[in-house]
Amino acid sequence: MTTPILAVESLSKHFVVRRSLFGKPLAQVAAVNDVSFEIAPGETLAFVGESGCGKSTLGRLVLRLIEPSAGTVRFDGADIGALDAASLRLARRHMQMIFQDPYAALNPRMTVREILSEPLMLHGIVERENQPARVAELMRLVGLKPEQAARYPHEFSGGQRQRIVIARALAVEPKLIVCDEAVSALDVSIRAQILNLLSDLQERLGVAYLFISHDLAVVKHIAQRVAVMYLGSIVEVGEAETLFASPRHPYTQALLSAIPIADPGGAANSFKLEGDVPSALSLPPGCAFHTRCPHVAPVCVEQRPVLSAAAEGHSVACHRWHEIAAPDGAGRAETELSPTLERLIAAFGPRAA
Amino acid sequence: MMAGVALSSPATVAEPVDSPSRRAWRRLKKRRGAMFGLIVIVALIALAICADLVSPHDPIKQSYSAVRKAPSLQHWFGTDELGRDVLARIIFGTRASLSAGIISVGIAMLLGVPLGLIAGYCGGFIDALISRFTDAMLACPFLILAIALAAFLGPSLGNAMIAIGVTAMPVFIRLTRGQVMGIAVETYVEAARAIGNPPWRIAVRHILPNVLPQLLVQITLTIASAIIAEASLSFLGLGQQPPAPSWGSMLNSAQRFLTNAPWMAVWPGLSIFISVLAFNLLGDGLRDALDPKNR
Repeated sequence: MTTPILAVESLSKHFVVRRSLFGKPLAQVAAVNDVSFEIAPGETLAFVGESGCGKSTLGRLVLRLIEPSAGTVRFDGADIGALDAASLRLARRHMQMIFQDPYAALNPRMTVREILSEPLMLHGIVERENQPARVAELMRLVGLKPEQAARYPHEFSGGQRQRIVIARALAVEPKLIVCDEAVSALDVSIRAQILNLLSDLQERLGVAYLFISHDLAVVKHIAQRVAVMYLGSIVEVGEAETLFASPRHPYTQALLSAIPIADPGGAANSFKLEGDVPSALSLPPGCAFHTRCPHVAPVCVEQRPVLSAAAEGHSVACHRWHEIAAPDGAGRAETELSPTLERLIAAFGPRAA
Repeated sequence: MMAGVALSSPATVAEPVDSPSRRAWRRLKKRRGAMFGLIVIVALIALAICADLVSPHDPIKQSYSAVRKAPSLQHWFGTDELGRDVLARIIFGTRASLSAGIISVGIAMLLGVPLGLIAGYCGGFIDALISRFTDAMLACPFLILAIALAAFLGPSLGNAMIAIGVTAMPVFIRLTRGQVMGIAVETYVEAARAIGNPPWRIAVRHILPNVLPQLLVQITLTIASAIIAEASLSFLGLGQQPPAPSWGSMLNSAQRFLTNAPWMAVWPGLSIFISVLAFNLLGDGLRDALDPKNR
């Protein structure tokens, strides 16, 4: 692997939910728990998991929009956590974020031109007199008409707004973009367009993505590597192909089998998880997943499993992964993308060859 | 794909940009009460500016041959106990009332909005300090505090404005603080941070403009209460000093002649009523027109 653009080590974030009268923490939520990973330049690493598993918190920690409780984030070799406020603002030039809700992520009282000029101005990317030209260029890049620069966000549709959000993230020519559920708020046809746009931009600009999503079909389409999160920890990480074809961790297996299949006969082999996600207020001892795991053994209750290599570039945090057979994943991997989405992606495919 | 999307409709007709303020104006125009208020306010402002041109008489010229005359063709609104024309005094009194309303609210805003912005955005100890101070001021009734301050500063219209302004300030601190706290957690503020905006720029460029609609409503409504406060202070002799006219001091001198010269009280009372009503109607209309839930 080349020098990573992003190296995260033992990152944790605990939110205090209740304090005593004197400010002593009484209850904490472990949103992100001892997470380590790396992203290579121009690579897409996707984080998947149920809602509340800490994906979004992780994205914000990586950009230091919130302060971590423990651990380090190295971006391009520099420790982000050690920067003072002014240097952090400068460093933001190289790492950007695409937000989940395009309706909330744009200031309603700024025109598109103002929104896109701001990062250019803040980081001195182009001279003041060249700013309008660059704004027009950015708008064309994401497929918007430059003539609409004087408009306000409410005059655009959801998909167009998400393009504005993407253009804003691209304005500073970042090396890393955190996409926090970047397409979840969009309907399926727009989703395909935006996903193609993202892949296209990666090809052309070499930007790396940390792609946060709960939608496995989307992840399969865009990510080179996938990390599966459960209750704040990574339970499995590997190349997208292998992870989807032969998931090792029982949670990943359950997650993948939950994808609806357009084949009525295929539904039989899905296995469902029993019970609810345990409260993040009090994580179960040992493996956090043992309360719902069909393969639970005594060791799972006592010891917390660590990520260990199962194959080249594929790690699993499970005590019993080599005893658990991958459930005919190879056959299923082909049907993950819903046929509708597949067709739409094809229809909106980038530049007909 | 992108080129295809961008160039699919090469000849686009330029439509006018629909800015948030233009949309609010469009909604405001549909509200009759608010438009009535606005027209009255504009008329009052015009009257105050052109008082010298419009007024039929000199407002302070006394005439002992025309004391407490009932309304007539010569003196449309009658004359007061010193033979001064009531209409002229009402017209010139508009200046005192409007400037007291507008300038005192200006003072309240100039002090209150930055303090509220700081309290809401910084939080912590600074917020606690500013908020407790605000609570303490709000514990005293508005008019009592204004009277106490005006009496302390000495009787004059300028001091009355300062007193009213300072007294109205806590409302602006509290409103701004609350709005800022609500807006500071919006995603677009987080986005502004992610882009690398320094804190002051986030506060001024991203948060403050989104507080303005609510502030505008509060400004209009506070001007109405400031006009009443000025009239009250002038009534008590703590505002506009004689012989300069003010609606409040006109009421004061009228109270002794309520039975035999009621016109001396009716016209200033009506003027206060109409101007306060106009500002309140406009404020209510603005509140509805600027309500984000109404979009």
